[in-house]
Order: sequence, then C-alpha cells, then structure tokens
Amino acid sequence: MKYYALYELFLCRMRQFYREPEAIFWTYGFPILLTIGLGIAFRNRPPGQVEVAVEDMPATAQIRAVLADDEGFDLQVASADECARLLRKGDVDILVVADGEGYEYRFDSTRPEATLARHRVDDALQRAAGRADVLQVADTHVTERGGRYIDFLVPGLLGMNLMGGGLWGVGFVTVDMRIRRLLKRLVATPMRKRDFLLSVIGGRMVFTLPEMFCLLMAAWLIFRIAVVGSVISIFCVAVVGALSFAGLGLLVASRARKLETISGLLNLVMLPMWVLSGTFFSASRFPDVMQPFIQALPLTQLNNALRAVILDGASLPSQALPLLILAAWGVIPFVLALRWFRWTY
Amino acid sequence: MKPAIVCRNLKKRYDVRKKDPVDALVGLDLEIRAGECFGLLGPNGAGKTTTIEILEGLLEPTSGEVEVLGMRWGEHDEAIRQRIGISLQETKLTDKLAVGETVRLFRSFYDRGREPDEVIAAVSLTEKTRAWVQKLSGGQKQRLAVACALVGDPELLFLDEPTTGLDPQSRRQIWDIVRDHRKLGRTTLITTHYMDEAERLCDRVAVVDHGRVIALGSPPELIARLGGEHVVEFALANGAADADGPDPEMLAALPSVRDCRLEAGGYALTVTEPHVCIPALLATLRTDHGELARLTTRHASLEDVFVNLTGRHLTDERETDNTAP
Repeated sequence: MKYYALYELFLCRMRQFYREPEAIFWTYGFPILLTIGLGIAFRNRPPGQVEVAVEDMPATAQIRAVLADDEGFDLQVASADECARLLRKGDVDILVVADGEGYEYRFDSTRPEATLARHRVDDALQRAAGRADVLQVADTHVTERGGRYIDFLVPGLLGMNLMGGGLWGVGFVTVDMRIRRLLKRLVATPMRKRDFLLSVIGGRMVFTLPEMFCLLMAAWLIFRIAVVGSVISIFCVAVVGALSFAGLGLLVASRARKLETISGLLNLVMLPMWVLSGTFFSASRFPDVMQPFIQALPLTQLNNALRAVILDGASLPSQALPLLILAAWGVIPFVLALRWFRWTY
Repeated sequence: MKPAIVCRNLKKRYDVRKKDPVDALVGLDLEIRAGECFGLLGPNGAGKTTTIEILEGLLEPTSGEVEVLGMRWGEHDEAIRQRIGISLQETKLTDKLAVGETVRLFRSFYDRGREPDEVIAAVSLTEKTRAWVQKLSGGQKQRLAVACALVGDPELLFLDEPTTGLDPQSRRQIWDIVRDHRKLGRTTLITTHYMDEAERLCDRVAVVDHGRVIALGSPPELIARLGGEHVVEFALANGAADADGPDPEMLAALPSVRDCRLEAGGYALTVTEPHVCIPALLATLRTDHGELARLTTRHASLEDVFVNLTGRHLTDERETDNTAP
C-alpha cells in the first residue's frame, strides 16, 4: 500500500473537524442565526403611523378632529404635562400645541422620524385648512432589487465569516498543536513542512465553502436575497478570501506559545476590520483621511468584491484589484510564516 | 561496525542572552554501538532530555560534534529522519483521531516502513485500532507513541522517559517492545530515571549528572565498580544515626565492608560477602549501641552506583536544577 503524506494530513484535519460538534455549530449554525437575527431586526418596514400628541384644550379641537380622521396618525390627547412627558420619553414623535392664532410643533429635529412626522402633520393640517397643491404629482412605489439592508448585510457577514474562520481555524489549531508538542513530534519525522501547512490551509478551505453555501442558501430562502452574480465567481472570491485569511492566521500563530496569546493577537487583528471594513455599515461613513487605510484592509476588499459579485453580478476580471490586494494579504504572510514558524515549543 | 551515535564534547547553554545562562550540558561524550540498547540514566534536570533532543535534531547544541548513523544534522536531515524513530517525553497526540488513523498518518511521512496494523499489533493495541486517542489509558497512549516511532521501521529508536508515570504492567509492556526492537538488531537510546528499568533493559548505561557523563558501562560492570555487590542496610531502635550512633568509618573497617554511608534514619554498607560482614556488624552493635530496628540485605543496584558517585539519590528532588557545579 502506498501512503501519501499530504492526503493523510488533510484527511486527519477533516476528521478532527467533523468530530468536534461545537466547531460545526460555530462554523455553520452561528453565522446563519446571526444573519436571521440581524435580518429580522433591520427588515424593511413601510413607514408606520405617525405618533402625535395634542394638548387637550378648546383651541385644538379643530386639528384634533383632522388628525383623528386620518389613518396615518395615532393621536393622543392629554394634558400639557402629560404631553410633555410623552414627547420626552419618545412615545410620540411630535407634539402639537395651540399658540395664539396658530399652532406650534414641538419635535426633536435630529430624529429623522420626528422630522418626517412634522412634515406629515403639517401637510395634513394645511390641506384641511384649504391649501391647494399647485403641482400635479403621482407616486409610484418601487423596491430596488438588492437595495435593502439585508442585501447589504449578507455579503458582509460572508466576508466576516471567511475572516473569522481563516484566522481562528488556522491560528488556533496550530498554536494548540504547538502546545501539545504535536508540531515538535511531527517535525521530528521526515514530514515535509510544506505538506503540513498546506493541509491546514486546505482543510480550512474545505470547511469554509459549505459554510458560504449554507449562509447564502439561508439568506436566499428566508430573506429572498438577490444573488445576481454567477456561483463560480462567488466561489472564486470566497476561495481567495479564505486563502488570504488562512495565510494571515498562520503568520499570527507562527510564534505564539499560549492560547491566551493567540486569542489576543487574533482579536487585535480582527477588531479594526470588524469596525472599519464595511460589514454592518458602509466603510464610506468614515472620514476621507482614513480611507486609504481602510481600503488596504483585506476584509474591506473581500466585502467589496463579494457585494459586487453577489449583488451587482460583477464579473471576476472587474474585481481584479480587490482580489489582488486580498491575495497579497495571503501570500506575503504565508511566506513570512514559513520563515518564522516555530515548530518546537 | 560503525557506531550508531557519536557525540563529542557536547555543550548546551540555555538563555544565552539573559543574565543567568543555564548550562544544561557541559561537555558530554557518548558512543553508542549499533544494535545495543543504551540507557541515559540520571535525575531530573541532569541533561538527559537536552542530550536526546540534540541527537534527534530538535535542538542545536551550543558546541560539540554529533554524528547519527554516520551522518550530521544540518547536512543530511531528511536522510537521518527517514531512519530514526522518536518518542518525545510529552506529546499529546490528537484526541479525536483513532489509533489506526494516527499510526497511518505517521506511516505516510516515511518512504519505507512497516504496515500500521502490524505495528499496532506489536504494541498490543489491535483491539483499540478504532478507538479515539482520548479514550486510551496513559499506558495505551504511551504505547501508541512508541508505535508512531516504530512505524517508519527505524534503525535507531529514541525513547525519552517512555515509562514515566506508568503502572508496572504498562512499564513491562513497553520493555517488551524495546526488547523486540533489540532482537531485530536495531539500536535503542532510552532515557530514564528508573534504575531498575535501565538494569533490566540496557546493554550499557551512561550515568548523567549536571550535564556530563559520570559513569559508563554495562549495569553489572558499574555495580561491580562499587567493590561489593551487596548492600546491607540497618537502623537502630533509638533512631540515632549521627551523634550517638556508630562511627561510619569504624563500620567501613569491618570485614568485607567496602563503604559505609549514612542514609535517612540508618546506615548502608556496601559489602562483598554479607555472611562475613553481618556477624561482625551484629557483634559491634550489640556491645556498643543497643537494639536493631531493621536489618536488610540486597543486591547492589544502579541507584547505589549513583549515590556512590554523587552522594545523592536519583529521585532526590532537591537536586534537580540544571546548573553545572
């Protein structure tokens, strides 16, 4: 019988993974639950009723009648003190009081829904008072495919999973093996070091791709995410992303001798990318001076490429630059890791 | 026949750049013959593991020459690794892999070797082939570690404290594996701090202390060098071993006694002929020092050799630092 080291090493990585039920949950279950949770929290809603409070006094009888008739308003009539309290607590968006001849709107102009409420209340009251609209307009309601928050979110979550999986999957596993003196035992055999490192990275890839598939499927089934791009393009971007973070993980893990050390280092590497790389909100919200740094981060480029491919159906060649930056983040750390990697404890 | 291992004037200094560098080895010489089972015997911290790891190519010596199977580390690493098998002092093999899978993995690293099933049978783990490593007992794990060392069919086997912490039965199983390897005409280098293990297993031993070899030879040779092959130990009923007790020099002058030393709570005499020594000893004690609490006689062991050379016991934990004198 012939034995192939790379194959056996790879097989052992696979077995270790699927024999670890917790690992399977954190890899496959957790991202899906996260997507569902965020998707529900940020689902698109039609603008609801405007919460409006009006002071209970004879001068407001007329506007109370107007607002009570309109289904777009949820009217509360109360004493002056009670009205002030409702506004302060945010139970109502706007408070209307009579003010001599006219009326006064009280609202927090920094809250978008309060500003919207002010315009809708004003519109209703002005029309009831006899204002005529001069321009002829008609409303057509449209929903852009792929324009919802959940559409923005899912590619970002995919990117974040590729990052976490690559860094933890490679970094933690190798440090654990170093602590167990298993790396030392392996390097005492004629095993080729390259085979070992390839098996760790290769194993990571194989766990990652079903994870991508599950997450995309769940997002499509539950939220009807628009997957415009070709599956092959998405697959290729994911592979480059997974390789990139696996290489980085190897570098981070190349010297660590304690699990605490590697946990800290990995979090240190991931933290800026969680915040800056446009997973939960667009990276363009940060000031221009920070953009060159943000755009150089691998997760930013991975998220950009995933969004372009999934939501816009961009072709692979059009994503050459992000993929190149990503690949550099994989190859350079891998080469450095080969040099610095400590096998003995 | 060429020696399996030669090392000359081996030195190893740890923490070279720090204030207090530690000299683990201070000029260690060894020549291990092909086909023998050679033991490195010494207390914890004597430099055994440092020595074996340098010979295994896992540590670099600070200075000195090493030849393994006629080759040198740094020149023929791959060729040496193909021909040696190693069991480290502490390796935790992957918990979630089965015994068979683990041995198969190690087999795949070698160009030539034995069939995994055959090696697993040789270490009596056939029934556990499909069991995960985490389900094995300490002794079974250690035998698996040895199986991983044997699966490349090595000419030279390194075992670093293979029986430390094991129960007597597991120790005997490991000894059988080592004896089988020796029967094939292969070389074994084993470190241990159990003298009985070295006596039973090894053709020759080197006693290592404070980073150098302080005695070398077959166990019977080393014991013979004590001058007597028996040890008579006794303690007095009043517990007196120092001020009130008999003078050790006076006891050493008794017929057939070669040496006398004070032990915790008693005396140990190295003796050539116990039947000559004991009557004389009893006569002396009866006239001057009262009741005997204990009197035993036994064959001298490597432990006595070590005590004779260093004044300490092998397992004396107070003397386990790495520093050279």
